[in-house]
Amino acid sequence: MTDEAMTGDPRTDDAMSDDRMSDDAMSDGGMTDDARLAGGLSRRAAPPAQLLIRGAHLLDPRTGLDGPHDLLVRDGRIAELGAPGSLPAPAGVEVLDGEGLHVFPGFVDGHVHLRTPGQEYKEDLDSGTAAAAAGGFCAVVAMPNTDPVLDQASTLRALHERARAQARVPVGFLAAITRALEGRELTEMAALADAGALGFTDDGRPVACAGLLRRALQYQRLCGGVIALHEEDPSLSRDGVMHEGAVSARLGMAGIPSVSESTMIARDAALARYEDARVHFLHLSAAESVEALEAARRAGAAVSGEVTPHHLTLTDECVRSLDSRFKVNPPLRAERDRRALIDGLRSGVIDCIATDHAPHARHEKEVPFEEAAMGSTGLETAFAALYSELVRPGILELALVVERLSAGGAIYGLPTPRIAPDAPANLAVVDLRRSFEVGADGYVSRAENCAFHGRRLHGRVVLTLAAGAVAFRERVLMAAVAPR
Amino acid sequence: MSPRIGPHLLSIDDLDRAGIERILDTAESFAEVSGREIKKVPALRGRTIVNLFYEASTRTSSSFELAAKRLSADVVSIRSAGSSVEKGESLKDTVHTLSAYDPAAIVIRSPHAGAAGLVARWTAAAVINAGDGKHEHPTQALLDTFTLRRRLGRLDGVSIWIVGDVLHSRVARSNILAFRRMGAAVTVCGPPTLIPREIEALGATATTSLRRLGQADVVYVLRMQHERMRDAYVPSLREYAERYQINSARLAPGQLLMHPGPVNRGVELSAEVIDSPQALIGAQVKAGVAVRMAVLYELLAGSPPLAVAA
Repeated sequence: MTDEAMTGDPRTDDAMSDDRMSDDAMSDGGMTDDARLAGGLSRRAAPPAQLLIRGAHLLDPRTGLDGPHDLLVRDGRIAELGAPGSLPAPAGVEVLDGEGLHVFPGFVDGHVHLRTPGQEYKEDLDSGTAAAAAGGFCAVVAMPNTDPVLDQASTLRALHERARAQARVPVGFLAAITRALEGRELTEMAALADAGALGFTDDGRPVACAGLLRRALQYQRLCGGVIALHEEDPSLSRDGVMHEGAVSARLGMAGIPSVSESTMIARDAALARYEDARVHFLHLSAAESVEALEAARRAGAAVSGEVTPHHLTLTDECVRSLDSRFKVNPPLRAERDRRALIDGLRSGVIDCIATDHAPHARHEKEVPFEEAAMGSTGLETAFAALYSELVRPGILELALVVERLSAGGAIYGLPTPRIAPDAPANLAVVDLRRSFEVGADGYVSRAENCAFHGRRLHGRVVLTLAAGAVAFRERVLMAAVAPR
Repeated sequence: MSPRIGPHLLSIDDLDRAGIERILDTAESFAEVSGREIKKVPALRGRTIVNLFYEASTRTSSSFELAAKRLSADVVSIRSAGSSVEKGESLKDTVHTLSAYDPAAIVIRSPHAGAAGLVARWTAAAVINAGDGKHEHPTQALLDTFTLRRRLGRLDGVSIWIVGDVLHSRVARSNILAFRRMGAAVTVCGPPTLIPREIEALGATATTSLRRLGQADVVYVLRMQHERMRDAYVPSLREYAERYQINSARLAPGQLLMHPGPVNRGVELSAEVIDSPQALIGAQVKAGVAVRMAVLYELLAGSPPLAVAA
């Protein structure tokens, strides 16, 4: 195995030796270029970064790193950390003045919709992963509610192939739990796992039938892979389009009660315990859901949960405008729910932040609220929204937000980025001093349905390194290349 | 402070109390015009008004059409059946097409909340919401307020009970807002399945029992829609009628009775109260034209108070 293959590997898990990693990378289909990554991630080939960042504030909550340092990246790996101004620039290495900038471990989004195959008019692997890189994400996990649904091994293999040609950051894929997401028959989960599925989900829809979900949880013993659940009891959510509460009463729109989510979490946590299975709860939205997750954990169930930046920062009050950008599923809920989600994130009941990046075409959103497609984009605004709405006002620590933003891969067994010598360079470089109006200069994503559109947010991502390569660089970023 | 009206009428929230009173005052003048043999004034001569109805409607669409004609405007009425709307044209494209005729106003009825607000973003015309989903029906609230003010002089301190399917009623929402703004106390009453959670946030008291109906000065009954029964919001219309029908046993002498129409006789109202002198249902319909004339006039003809030449 060559060095290139190793630099392409985002694993930093200490338990894994470099030899193991290269074996993994080699073993799958005989790929020899660095586009085929270990652990079920794929991305297009990219030259390994050679970069010296001088004097930036490095913050990695997992290693305790928190202060100004020089950081040298050679051949896509973190080669050396040193006191500010102490590291000389080797020949051919680009030098970046990091004065005033922050460097975080790259963010990992466990929940995005890249709309490929079949809905490329909304987003594709190139545009979606470009948006991820622009938001500081060094890896993403895509959902299978595509057209066709990702429910066959052949479709998944083709998609990995496409990702090796187009993805700007490593992408992993979840496969469907049930065929065509219809909630009737299980997919060939074992074959899908062999084809590189990181896990299974019917995201966008619940697995309403408890008996069917139980079979999937039993089957997990055979095929592995976390089962990720979109929790919603359809007999309670019915034709709801927003949170049920004072605002839905005012607007006369059908409400989705909080309990449509929390009762399903309680049900499925009980099933997971009974079957000794591992489940992950997607996009928690309600206070009752945080309680249900906490109770399941206390009871010893192998469960985890995620929350989106929009559920942490916005409420159903936004929907008063009837602006379809605020139509998301699960819906934006009340202030008490938002506070409970923040508390759950702080206490660790909620493991990670995921964007649920859900791009839609303009014509799918420029219709009355009740008719509009559900979902908001989120990759480009995740950090800035959290930093502006939660860190700057003193509600959450910066370190906690950074930790939870980079924790999404661990849910699916992916390595967690670290700022440490010899780790592959997975880095988000952010200028916390800079603010911007969301959408004013357009979006990197193909879609513009961002719930934060028009807001002024602080914290601009200026450079992203993913699996050892520069995946995003803001155009105004000044750098000097040391002479060879 | 001058009354707040417009530039569109999407919601009762587009009007302050003075704005509502101004429209009602103007409507009084137009009611006088409606009593004449020639029921027409030239106020909007040469202006075009488009009625865009995406939902079946008899009284609202006809009264808007008549109101526009009595103001001498040119009127184009479009219903979803047989139009490009049926052929799948988007609301945005339809509005752009109609805007090419340079209308002064677009009146829209839609099954979806917020449709009128969207139209207002896409056209230079004044937009009047003739009912958007279960959200609002502001001209209905204005004509009901007009009818009550005519009868009672003022609404301050008046107790109004709104009875029936509040959950699915745009009339209830606009009326709660308008009645509250005019100083009335509003109670909503209906089966628990048809009273929205947290409806109190609109400024109304909620109850599921008619026990204290006697305290009401006005009983405003909503239409019970048969499809609600199929959806099992109530077990049967018979049970609904038994608990919530307003009949002569429940309606006290001196209480006024209102209904936005069309009435399900024998369901939410018994036949005898519909035909009683306490019922203002006919007066509500009659007020529709004058009030909609007033809305069009106030939005389109500008600020100086109307002086209708005798």
